[in-house]
Amino acid sequence: MELFFQQLVNGLSLGGIYALIALGYTMVYGIIELINFAHGDVYTLGSFFSLSILTVLGIESEMHGLPLVAAVIGIMAGAMVFCGIVGVLIERFAYRPLRNAPRLAPLITAIGISFILENIMQLWQGPSPVPVPTFIPDPSFTIGGVSIELKQILVVGLAIVMMLFLNLFVYKTKLGKAMRATAQDRDAAQLMGININTTIALTFLIGSALAGSAGFVSGVYYGTTWFFNGFAAGLKAFTAAVLGGIGNLAGAMLGGFLIGLVEAFGAQYVSDQWTNVIVFSLLVLVLIFRPSGLLGESLPNKV
Amino acid sequence: MKNFWAALDPRAKGIIVVLLIGFVPFFDRNGAHLNFLADASTFVLLALGLNIVVGFAGLLDLGYAAFFAIGSYSYAMLASGQFNIHIPFWVLLFLAPTITALFGVLLGAPTLRLRGDYLAIVTLGFGEIVPQTFLNLSQWTNGPNGISALDSPVLFNYKFGLQTLPYFYVGLLLLIVAIVIVHNLQDSRLGRSWMAIREDELAAAHMGINTTKAKLSAFALGASFSGLAGVAYASKLSLVSPDNFQFNVSIFVLSMLVLGGMGNIYGVIIGSVLLSSLERFILPQATIFAHNLGFMQLDFSNFRFMMYGIILVSIMLFRPEGLFPSRQRKAELHAAELDVALATQEQSLYEEAVH
Amino acid sequence: MSILAVKKLTQRFGGLVAVKELDFEVEAGSIVAMIGPNGAGKSTVFNLITGIYKPSEGQIEFNGAEIQGRPTSAIAALGIARTFQNIRLFAFMSALDNVMTGRHARMHATLADALLNTPRARKEEARVRERAHEILKFCALDEHAQSYAANLAYGPQRRLEIARALASDPKLLLLDEPAAGMNPNEKSDLMALIRRIRDTGVTVFLIEHDMGLVMQISERIAVLDYGEKIAEGAPEAIRANERVIEAYLGKPA
Repeated sequence: MELFFQQLVNGLSLGGIYALIALGYTMVYGIIELINFAHGDVYTLGSFFSLSILTVLGIESEMHGLPLVAAVIGIMAGAMVFCGIVGVLIERFAYRPLRNAPRLAPLITAIGISFILENIMQLWQGPSPVPVPTFIPDPSFTIGGVSIELKQILVVGLAIVMMLFLNLFVYKTKLGKAMRATAQDRDAAQLMGININTTIALTFLIGSALAGSAGFVSGVYYGTTWFFNGFAAGLKAFTAAVLGGIGNLAGAMLGGFLIGLVEAFGAQYVSDQWTNVIVFSLLVLVLIFRPSGLLGESLPNKV
Repeated sequence: MKNFWAALDPRAKGIIVVLLIGFVPFFDRNGAHLNFLADASTFVLLALGLNIVVGFAGLLDLGYAAFFAIGSYSYAMLASGQFNIHIPFWVLLFLAPTITALFGVLLGAPTLRLRGDYLAIVTLGFGEIVPQTFLNLSQWTNGPNGISALDSPVLFNYKFGLQTLPYFYVGLLLLIVAIVIVHNLQDSRLGRSWMAIREDELAAAHMGINTTKAKLSAFALGASFSGLAGVAYASKLSLVSPDNFQFNVSIFVLSMLVLGGMGNIYGVIIGSVLLSSLERFILPQATIFAHNLGFMQLDFSNFRFMMYGIILVSIMLFRPEGLFPSRQRKAELHAAELDVALATQEQSLYEEAVH
Repeated sequence: MSILAVKKLTQRFGGLVAVKELDFEVEAGSIVAMIGPNGAGKSTVFNLITGIYKPSEGQIEFNGAEIQGRPTSAIAALGIARTFQNIRLFAFMSALDNVMTGRHARMHATLADALLNTPRARKEEARVRERAHEILKFCALDEHAQSYAANLAYGPQRRLEIARALASDPKLLLLDEPAAGMNPNEKSDLMALIRRIRDTGVTVFLIEHDMGLVMQISERIAVLDYGEKIAEGAPEAIRANERVIEAYLGKPA
């Protein structure tokens, strides 16, 4: 029984990372109906960036107190800014020119960008996984035989906080309203005076920044990063977004945590090597039987 | 002479070119070149098959390698010591495509009614699930080691063994068959229904076209080509392993279509040969060149994926119809540009008026 | 003898009732029109007939057999063809190919025929190509046979959609606002075309906003407003019907 709750905790913290990535996927899909293949690689960039900063600052072991807090906030913010900018640049130069092209075109372009990013990262840090200094002390609490580490709490907390901020932004600010309008009817939004180029760029900025934060977190959480991480993580996060209901923020959160749990329980009760198959089969099943996801609405076709 | 060539049926043109290539071994004794051509023919088959799915029917398949895996593993399991089943190569040339076509129907039936990008993701999912499954079921597939020592094809007591020449000629033969079939499909009632579905699926249904059945047949036929390719590939390599059927292979084949010109049969063939050459000759040559210039650390094969990525992005941004587009595809893709020109004009007129 | 009978047809989209208990019959060999203000549900009725939607309630009978809820391709094969309010041609196929595609349901080439390019398939293709040219001539479009549908002018595009619909030898032809955007010359050509079509034995059922055209060409008119049939009858009766006038022009102040 303890094992069950242990995996529950593990699954939720894994899910927090997927949720953060999934939020970016769902935002971008919601606004321009593009599956941003490169998003998973932006996530990896976040951890690569964090690794570089840690290396440059010479941080190799645990830190404490104020410097620790400063480091965490500073590096994570740095990763978010870096990834946000990368996301905006990708959108500006690779996706925007294809905004009116048949759907196939930006999808293929996204795959191309993904390949380019992965290759760059492979050349940057090599083809094998690289260790990331774990500089955050990790006390754990044990409740009823289940060990909960501080960093697991941080991951889940971060995901929830980010989603709340995002929700606030999207529903309570003028820019957020512009995003929702553009997602619903791009032409009408334009006619209302909304600058859709800026709005879409902003969406990418925020989505990529979230992926960057997830990258930072996973880097220091797992203590390792790998240029090819983004591919599988991206696919699973996309599964999460679809599971929750593509275009739906709360759905991305829910989906993220669910996929994390599926993976944790799958690894425990089935086997490690089948978790990918399980998650991807879930993706296929959701798309076949309930493409609108758990929290999405099914929209009829209008002729 | 020129008129004669132009008036020839495209099928005939293709067959003549392939037959001419058949004479290459008489002039070029370089084993590496022959080997390349034999391997390249496998990928041309794959490209032609994917072209049916993506180019003709307009269904985006991002996991085509899954069918390639099924075709190859079919050969490996039915023509080796693995289960001690030794079905002849020539029978498997018919059996494997049938098996892969069946899987095409199996995978396609529940998924082909999905919208474009969702279908793409589902096929991507299959592309991950299938090789991983082959990897995991080690009691049947030897897991990561794969199945080796596959049977060599035998023709009238002549065993192919490790020589390249017979595989080369079999490859050309398969190409001829593929070229004829693909042209036949394109010009048929079925081919027209695929085009109609691609243009406007709802209107196509109103023509009495059973769109589900049509899409399924495209998917299954495309899959059968990779079954054929799988037999050719596995028998020549005498080995199958899950490593050879990952996502990058699916994208590799897709890039051939994108580069060469989706929908255009000969464009696709050229795209396929170009990318295979890039991989096999151009990158290593570039590396040697760089080394000669003193850049000893540069190994261009490490830039492979970046190169594919750049090709995909550049083509989509600057020449989305590919190098040798069909007239139709070029018109389709540039009509969208016309819309963009009009849309941006409207936007700037509006902005003028408002400010 | 009614070729099409609609009985208590109702269609709801969520809370909206688009079509409300519609009872209506179309006599074989006639030209019938459905009119009504925008949003009255007319296109929805067409969409229900051709199987795009499955009705919430009610039946649709074609030559006595129930067709509601059946797949669109099956209904097309039974002999109902249509044009669309927003032209839905196969833009980057030639006019000839569009019409040949229209004939899909009457062709028999199988997968094997396609793979092997059998003599049977080739003969059928030749026959279909010839018939397609005949239909294009019937609609005064043969000179455009090789042009992409997208490159045709608006009037010829509308005619091409009709030609494509005729290619399946339908018994019932549904025309959704065929005169939209046409000038008076094109409209009178259209009327002549519709009459010629009817004279070949095809029943024509059209939605139209151009009252002049509707009054001149229809034998019977049904009027829809907010999804309900508010009047039905011969053109003169409809023209004088108070409820109809009210629906279009509103109540007198």
